Amino acid sequence: MSEITFTRPLEPVKRAIIIGSSSGIGKALALRLAREGYVLALLARREDKLQKLCETINNDTLGKATYFLHDVKITTGVPDLFVKVCAELGGLDLFIYNAGTQFPNDPSVYSTGNDLDTFQVNLLGSVSWLNLVSERFEKLRSGHIVVVGSVAGDRGRMGMPAYAASKSGLHTYVEGFRNRLSRHGVVLTTIKPGQVSTALLKNADKELWPISAELSAEYIWRAIKRRRMVVYVPSRWFIISWLIRLVPSILFRKLNI
Amino acid sequence: MAWGMASEACCYVYYPENENDLLEIFELAKVRGMTVGFRGGGQSYGDASLNGEQILVDLSGWNSILDWDSKNGIITVQSGVTIAQLWRRVVASGWWPPVVPGSMNPTVGGCASMNIHGKNHWQVGSFGEHVIEFKALLPNGQTVCCSRYESQDLYFGMLGSFGMLGCFLSITLQLKQISTGAVQVTALSAANLDDLLHIIDSRKDEDYVVGWVDCVVGGSSVGRGIVHTARHTELSDKNIMTDDGSNNKHELPSKILGILPAQYLWFFLRIFNHRVGYKIVNMVRYYSGLLRNRHRFVQSLAQFNFLLDYIPNWKQAFCPGGLIQYQCFIPYRNAHTVFSKIIHYCTDAKLQPYLGVVKRHRNDDFLISCNLDGYSLAIDFSVKDSNRARLSSLLAKLDEIVLDAGGRFYFAKDSTLKPEAARLFLGPKTLARLIDLKILCDPNNLLQSNLSRRILPELHDYQVNN
Repeated sequence: MSEITFTRPLEPVKRAIIIGSSSGIGKALALRLAREGYVLALLARREDKLQKLCETINNDTLGKATYFLHDVKITTGVPDLFVKVCAELGGLDLFIYNAGTQFPNDPSVYSTGNDLDTFQVNLLGSVSWLNLVSERFEKLRSGHIVVVGSVAGDRGRMGMPAYAASKSGLHTYVEGFRNRLSRHGVVLTTIKPGQVSTALLKNADKELWPISAELSAEYIWRAIKRRRMVVYVPSRWFIISWLIRLVPSILFRKLNI
Repeated sequence: MAWGMASEACCYVYYPENENDLLEIFELAKVRGMTVGFRGGGQSYGDASLNGEQILVDLSGWNSILDWDSKNGIITVQSGVTIAQLWRRVVASGWWPPVVPGSMNPTVGGCASMNIHGKNHWQVGSFGEHVIEFKALLPNGQTVCCSRYESQDLYFGMLGSFGMLGCFLSITLQLKQISTGAVQVTALSAANLDDLLHIIDSRKDEDYVVGWVDCVVGGSSVGRGIVHTARHTELSDKNIMTDDGSNNKHELPSKILGILPAQYLWFFLRIFNHRVGYKIVNMVRYYSGLLRNRHRFVQSLAQFNFLLDYIPNWKQAFCPGGLIQYQCFIPYRNAHTVFSKIIHYCTDAKLQPYLGVVKRHRNDDFLISCNLDGYSLAIDFSVKDSNRARLSSLLAKLDEIVLDAGGRFYFAKDSTLKPEAARLFLGPKTLARLIDLKILCDPNNLLQSNLSRRILPELHDYQVNN
């Protein structure tokens, strides 16, 4: 892919990695960034979808894309993969962790397997990536890390304790990195999407004013441009989440949300 | 980061201590499918000393002077020795490096691999012409010793090959004998480009000749400037440089105009980093030169040569976008037309260079060489987000003018050259010869840099089956 690694000092290009980009918000975000001229490395498990997305980006947009197969549950090969991806891109300016999974919202199910799976994809998969990327960006004294969390992470929810806890853990983990790295010129953005029309929405118990993945990608792109810290997508979820957070636990445990 | 700060890259930097470390690095790169670039002083304006996301070998630690024969002026140094180390070591014994760049921070290895030139190119040629011999480690594991009489192909190929054939281990240089370490400088003002080129050409029997051009002014004064010529002083001259046994008298002053501390002056230069600022600075410089036309004064060789070191960190005035330099070499007969076209194009594009420098050059025998019988014009641009795209298209247009006139480019300064232009400038024969040498020295295609990938992708387009 020498075409991508080629750099010209007067024509700098922005380079980004998106983890979890084969569908949903990740896919929409990849297309949005490609329209801005980004050079992208798309990482996910499903090759056919990635291949198709890369073709669309390379043919129809300003940007360029290449893909790598990666399962975030397998963390052993991440350092080597990171070196390979950066070499392919010829640098890195933006890192987006968007991998996420959610099992159907069912308070009657107690499944250790499902919960561990949720933690592995939503939280633990980010650990090795965030450490590697943060270390690199700290040395460079620049860079932007975007992590896609969820409004669900703001409270423990009876139907999806593992999902809520994994996203909450991710928020706190990223906040810690933000406090460590912002003094070195690195920006970390936590995106908290509300309901977005993706495959994950099918697992929610009820739909509440969902927005399309494309619109959410537009909001996320604005947050990236403005170098924001924590952003609810769409912003009305800030108010909803604020109200939910105000509910005392003694009441919250009796509610069906 | 490149010296001009307009290009940067993230590299895996290694600091080898000896040849064996370097061999291990080559082996590691081979096993991991990576490439290796070299960096000395990191003083190239563009991306020559960067190898983004790959291995970068920093050779600045190889800074020992291996042998110094003060009787004959022959010195052998490791490739990481800087020009500053070199002149400070030899000047007291009455010797001086025959070719030095505008700054004393580049390393001897860097100067050799870019085959740099000085303000005396017409008189003494390029840096490579004074290299008696060098020892180099090739990526194929061989250590070679080359001179004009031994391994000639590699001698003429490696000097100027921007680190694509091998790594210089040691370099033996013939220095120039000097009597006093000082030069008698004469400043001559030129009313326009014609006048400037004429003065430079007529004064080419002086030891050093360099012309400063005001690239901001248009109309009938296009190309006005000041020519500085310098001649080595002899002991019989009135000896103004009293010898106190130290090098202090040669060093650059720590204060500019006697009062302004040089160290902090870059901050004030920021104030002038815009079009009106360039106009003011260039105008003041020109008229002060005009007032002191034919003014003669004595300077140490270091003070005359290392103009870029007077204000430490002056490049910071161009933060955050940095600066680039565009230097083209034009045959004697076309120089006037091409230079005036270049200045007009810059003015039309509203991208005036804040600095322009003209030098006189001569031909040489090196494989990759920018040198020809003619003049070079070096123009510096400040890079900003608002002018990147315009600057890029302007310089592409200038490339065409230069190539049409049979001109050449200098890789040490380059930031914008495109493969098509580089191919036309080098010609198919030179390119084929360079690729042959590269296959011979570097069968695994290990040596690369951001510069080489940008300007000559075909240089890395081969595979040799071992």
